[in-house]
Amino acid sequence: MKIHRSFVLLLMIILAGLVPHAASQAADWRQIPIPALSPFHPQEPKRIELPNGMVVFLQEDHELPIIDGTARVRGGSRSEPANKVGLVDIYGEVWRTGGTKSQTGDQLDDYLEIRAAKVETNGGVDSTTITWSCLKGDFDDVFRAFNDVLREPEFRADKLDLAQREMYDSIARRNDDVSQIAARESTKLAYGADNPYAREPEYATVAAVTRQDLVDWHHSHVHPNNIILGIVGDFDSAAMETKLRQAFGDWPKGPPVKEEVIEFHPAKPGYYLIPKEDVNQSSIRMTELGIRRDNPDYYAAQVFNEAFGGGFSSRLFKSIRTAQGLAYGVGAGIGAAFDHPGILRVSMSTKSSTTVQSVQALYKEFDALQTNPISDDEMKRAKDAILNSFVFNFDSPEKVLRERMAYEFYGYPADFLERYRAGIEKVGREDVARAAAKYLHKDKLAVLVIGNTAEFDKPLSSLGPVTQLDISIPPPPGESPNKPSASNP
Amino acid sequence: MNYRPLKSFVIFLALATLAAAQDIASFEKRTTVKKLDNGLTVVICERPEAPVFSFFTHVDAGSVQDPHGETGLAHMFEHMAFKGTDKIGTTNYAAEKVALEKVEQAYAAYIRERDKPVGRDEQKVKELQKAWQDAVAEAEKYVKPNEFPQIVEINGGEDLNANTSDDETNYFYSFPENRLELWAYLESERFLHPVMREFYKERNVVIEERRMRVDSNPIGRLLEQFTTAAFQAHPYHRPTIGWISDLNTFSATDAKNFFDRYYIPSNMVVAVVGDVKASETMPIVEKYFGRIPSRPKPDEYATVEPPQNAERRVVLEEASQPLYLEGYHRPSYLSPDDAIYDAIADLMSEGRTSRLYRALVRDKKIAADSEGFSGLPGNKYPHLFAFYAFPLPGHKPEEMAEAIHVEIERLKKEDISDEELKMIKTRAKANLIRSLGSNEGLASSLALYQTRYDDWRELFRSVDRIDKVSKADIRRVASQTFVPTNRTVGIIETRKPATGAEQGGAQ
Repeated sequence: MKIHRSFVLLLMIILAGLVPHAASQAADWRQIPIPALSPFHPQEPKRIELPNGMVVFLQEDHELPIIDGTARVRGGSRSEPANKVGLVDIYGEVWRTGGTKSQTGDQLDDYLEIRAAKVETNGGVDSTTITWSCLKGDFDDVFRAFNDVLREPEFRADKLDLAQREMYDSIARRNDDVSQIAARESTKLAYGADNPYAREPEYATVAAVTRQDLVDWHHSHVHPNNIILGIVGDFDSAAMETKLRQAFGDWPKGPPVKEEVIEFHPAKPGYYLIPKEDVNQSSIRMTELGIRRDNPDYYAAQVFNEAFGGGFSSRLFKSIRTAQGLAYGVGAGIGAAFDHPGILRVSMSTKSSTTVQSVQALYKEFDALQTNPISDDEMKRAKDAILNSFVFNFDSPEKVLRERMAYEFYGYPADFLERYRAGIEKVGREDVARAAAKYLHKDKLAVLVIGNTAEFDKPLSSLGPVTQLDISIPPPPGESPNKPSASNP
Repeated sequence: MNYRPLKSFVIFLALATLAAAQDIASFEKRTTVKKLDNGLTVVICERPEAPVFSFFTHVDAGSVQDPHGETGLAHMFEHMAFKGTDKIGTTNYAAEKVALEKVEQAYAAYIRERDKPVGRDEQKVKELQKAWQDAVAEAEKYVKPNEFPQIVEINGGEDLNANTSDDETNYFYSFPENRLELWAYLESERFLHPVMREFYKERNVVIEERRMRVDSNPIGRLLEQFTTAAFQAHPYHRPTIGWISDLNTFSATDAKNFFDRYYIPSNMVVAVVGDVKASETMPIVEKYFGRIPSRPKPDEYATVEPPQNAERRVVLEEASQPLYLEGYHRPSYLSPDDAIYDAIADLMSEGRTSRLYRALVRDKKIAADSEGFSGLPGNKYPHLFAFYAFPLPGHKPEEMAEAIHVEIERLKKEDISDEELKMIKTRAKANLIRSLGSNEGLASSLALYQTRYDDWRELFRSVDRIDKVSKADIRRVASQTFVPTNRTVGIIETRKPATGAEQGGAQ
């Protein structure tokens, strides 16, 4: 064996000396063989509907000795009252920190951390969640704590107070970071400042939240028929199902969550300015209303996004960043959400002295979509990028579970991902051009610029009428507006 | 509902130890390491969960290696590694090569005149600048923009990116498993035949990155000043992104020289994790990466930071909310005390049972968040153990300092409790297990540990080292490290708004 090996080695050295080294390698990446991807059928989670309406997904994954779970409960901040914005955020924290009837939140912290386990709660825009993560040997202990928080939370007042203080802090800090200002204010322009997806907590709305509000929210939402529970990890599905039926069997149905119809009132097209003196780079954000994922144009929009404003090889990246060196970050896309319109966004940041030049450079790219539409070649590259990376949508059991839970939550078909692949494959060049024309309008965009106006190449008003946005923070009730801790222009 | 009493966690600990032991055994079976003849180390870990793989190319050079007057160069080269090769990204490399050489000549002439301290001819500067820009435009004629990343993207590459730190540079993405050979070709070509095309445009992109991360961000500004104050001799003194004058000066030739010096096989570890078989993959990796010529290892000397003997302070007045930060010099990751610092960071910072959360956030109600951590700005060399706190509205940075110091004194004077020590050790094991479940995470860890310890198994042994930490160790290390003369303080104070016209500048 040994002799044989050194003989081969010797032969290789001789050959290497005789044959030009590169001969055995491809000189062009196109010559490298790409075998067919081995067939892959990701494991689907087992779906169970309990008699009380709770939907459960069980996804076994025995790679590591861990069991994680997420319960998603219908109803979120989009349906909290306008005079109590922040309620669901606070609820999402105090649900867990406020403890249960039998344990304070601090006792729960000790109980879980000694097991390196977590039970956490969170408030979202259309739902709230309660999750756990534990080593499998601790499952019974941790699941008991999870179930206790799920069903018997106490919302102790000291933790409400703590959560409110933290909210005041984040309100006070919300103008410290330009990218945060840009994200928040451009969303307001896209949806309307008072829209439930865009509005922000204020000192007054946070102060208005009471313990009773948290208790009421819990009692009106946390019922088994409003819950989707997903579990992934190192367990046996049959045994787990038995445990869950035992744990939740006695839990009666409750009233379903009611959702109000939400209206969208985008800002008037035009220029919006937020002057900021302590920066040397302008943030540019252009928005209009996007689409829902069940829109038939969704697939064409996805291909357009990839070709126009997606990755390294998109038009915007090539032109604005690579060819013109105007930006580090630049991108664009027709945003899509499951159950309401997403936001079409175009974003870039550039030095103060190329602010207006950059807005015009973006306009030039929008115009070029008419004169020089996305070509067959660009479209093929975009589709290849989406389809060849498609496997990354389900390359772990946890990802498959997450997708399935989302489809269940929003009432999408369970095979939405498969339909997505088919939908992308069918997209043609005309579809891409149509989607671009239908959703991206140069003259309908709300254009937000945050920057140091004294250093701009030209005044923003050279492009058109400018509305200056006031982002100063309304002071807490009873405080004068000049108090330094409360505002940061 | 009843719970088991708090202290009955013994069974759990036994289980966690077993799990960690199982992991190292299971990884031994599916992890293969080979040092190629040219000195490059390859780590392959079989994880056939789905038909994909991830890789990390870990280059053991970062901004610490930036030459004098060329800060930001390591990071600049990282950007250039996306610009293609002599075969990718060009329409005619022979002609492009000549054009790029002319760019360098013109740039050198321009810089020579621009930087003359005496007798500079402004007219000549302008002419030379124009000549350089004309040469740039000429060279651009041969460019196929972004062809390299485009090939990765159209083949289904996911999370394509790279990062540069003070200590190292990483390149990474994930591919479907049928693109293994394509990956080996692309990744090796990138470091075999890099071409410094579009260098000066990309330099502007990097300057925009600096504006975003540092110049236009109060915390970015504080961190840069703070780190610069804490290190006076060691290259950690210098920002990874680079000082603006260096960014406006260094050349494509400088970047290529940096590459020639540091991107050598013995300075690189490539880790591949996913649906791959070592028996099939290693020969492919060897075929492509084996072509990179071996070169002598660069000088590894870096000036040693002398002991600090007086507190240093950086106070920034900003139009933003306050922040308190302090850092203490500690030895490098190779110190026998490394695990003790890890234990202290965990005790002080991890979750709602941590000492800083309980003291500053829960009980005193003066901070929104407070933590202590190692690794500022890197950890390959002696660095800082830092503490920070974000004061709640109405509270001042000085109160943060006071409250953090109370917790530090407790560390020195009192033994931590049995429960706390067990919590730290249990969490270290559980965190390790949780980190093993993704190709990207594993590739990153295996490449790092293989580089830093010459053995990926240290990833697992790090938990054993934490398991050996004692109460006395924590008191000893805290007493040695957290002393006022070893401290650098960084503070953001809120600037009082100017009366009246702060909102000015209307257009």
